[in-house]
Amino acid sequence: MITAEQKPIQEIIQYIAPYSRILLVGCNECVTVCAAGGRKEVGLLASALHLNSLKQGKTIDIKEITLERQCDPEYVEELAPYIDGADAVVSMACGCGVQSVAGRFKTSPVFPAVNTRFMGASLGQGVWAERCKGCGDCVLGITGGICPVARCSKHLFNGPCGGTSNGQCEISPDVDCAWRLIWERLKELGMENRYEDLMNAKDWRPGGAAGPGKIIREDLAQ
Amino acid sequence: MNTESRLEKILASGELAVTSECGPPRGALPEKVKEKSALLKDHVDGINVTDNQTAMVRMSSFAAAVIIKQMGLDPIMQMVARDRNRLAMQSDIIGAYAFGINTMLCLSGDHAKFGDHPMAQGVFDLDSVQMINMVRRMRDEETFQGGAKIDGAPKMFIGAAANPFADPFELRVMRLAKKIKAGVDFIQTQCIFNLDKFEEWMKGVTDRGLDEKVHILAGITPMKSVGMARYMKNKVPGMDIPDAVIKRLEGVSKEQQPEEGIKMAVESIERIKAIKGVHGFHIMAIEWEEKVPQIVEQAGLYPRPAV
Repeated sequence: MITAEQKPIQEIIQYIAPYSRILLVGCNECVTVCAAGGRKEVGLLASALHLNSLKQGKTIDIKEITLERQCDPEYVEELAPYIDGADAVVSMACGCGVQSVAGRFKTSPVFPAVNTRFMGASLGQGVWAERCKGCGDCVLGITGGICPVARCSKHLFNGPCGGTSNGQCEISPDVDCAWRLIWERLKELGMENRYEDLMNAKDWRPGGAAGPGKIIREDLAQ
Repeated sequence: MNTESRLEKILASGELAVTSECGPPRGALPEKVKEKSALLKDHVDGINVTDNQTAMVRMSSFAAAVIIKQMGLDPIMQMVARDRNRLAMQSDIIGAYAFGINTMLCLSGDHAKFGDHPMAQGVFDLDSVQMINMVRRMRDEETFQGGAKIDGAPKMFIGAAANPFADPFELRVMRLAKKIKAGVDFIQTQCIFNLDKFEEWMKGVTDRGLDEKVHILAGITPMKSVGMARYMKNKVPGMDIPDAVIKRLEGVSKEQQPEEGIKMAVESIERIKAIKGVHGFHIMAIEWEEKVPQIVEQAGLYPRPAV
């Protein structure tokens, strides 16, 4: 999923300072799972903003809505009845959601309340770690199911580099060396001999080097 | 012989090669490059020019290598994958070769986290193995990485690094094999302090016959002080400093530590000379270049052969 973290409250307060009627929009997908921008976080942020405006001696009107999916026009449309009643929109979705809302309602300022971080997986309660860079040409089939693009700090295709120490990455003892993991997994799979296959220079086009990515499924597109 | 490289000629002659290094200055001070190189000039066959080492901005390795070349010496231009994409690498390689620089070293590069621009985005368009392969194809097939023909192909003698001490240890010979497969000509190793482990690695290398496919230059660094030894043990990634090294330096007075460090370096060279497959030494006297001639002489590697 896409992970995110709430922005510092002061940054959000600065964005909305000129406005008094706010439409605060959460998303029921990834940001709900990573507890950054779901219904619960929308409620908490609304309370915090109310509290702040009281302290400033101002009144603020906040309409709270959490959409099923903020990156989908069908659900974004649900905001239409409320948009005229708001001076500004604050979105707690990932950057995809923020842009879907901004693209639909062209005269409303839309501000992000979260920082979108990475595509990751949950490692346990309250812990998420990056697992995919969206490089567009998946190599997991030849790297034992561990991604060198997302998990090697230098995204080496022929690692490990010389900085590995006690099996950990040179940047931090808290970061596993991806190539140590790849090697251990190849051994478990009895595929050690694959290690010496040269991995050729990567074509970065599918991952963004060719410009913004776009998928058109002719069978589905209308 | 693939190139005009002095280092290649020395290695082909069967003599033990000696290289050293010059870290470019953190400013536009060409005289610093000249001073450091002048200290090394009669005692080495090539001078590595580091490329933003430890991710600190310095004069480019290309520019410093040109200065050294213009002194009539033999620079080994280092290039890290961290700071350049394949376009920038290839244009710099052609540019360097146009100035007569014919020997280079392909490296991944320390992570930007360690330097003075930790906020920088690392490039890593290629890794060091892919860079080796690109430079080899530029030389042997006269083609760019993208496939087009080069008019005036750069004929580089291609080096790379190997760290026998990083783990997983069992991968360290295999990774060398990958670099050989990619087309590397010579290897300069990480600084060797754990000689037992280096011998074990070299045994793995020779058991596979890899020493017949690549020239290995053993990395030697003289310790200036026990403080430096402790720092390298604790702070430098991938460094293996046995406690015995620290104990020995602790055993002499502070004033005697530099001399003891040099003695230890010379002893290491003597022991490593006996190891099958070692074809030379890469002496990295960090900000201590003036001691390189003494080490080379005491280790019986002077005078350098004429080629």
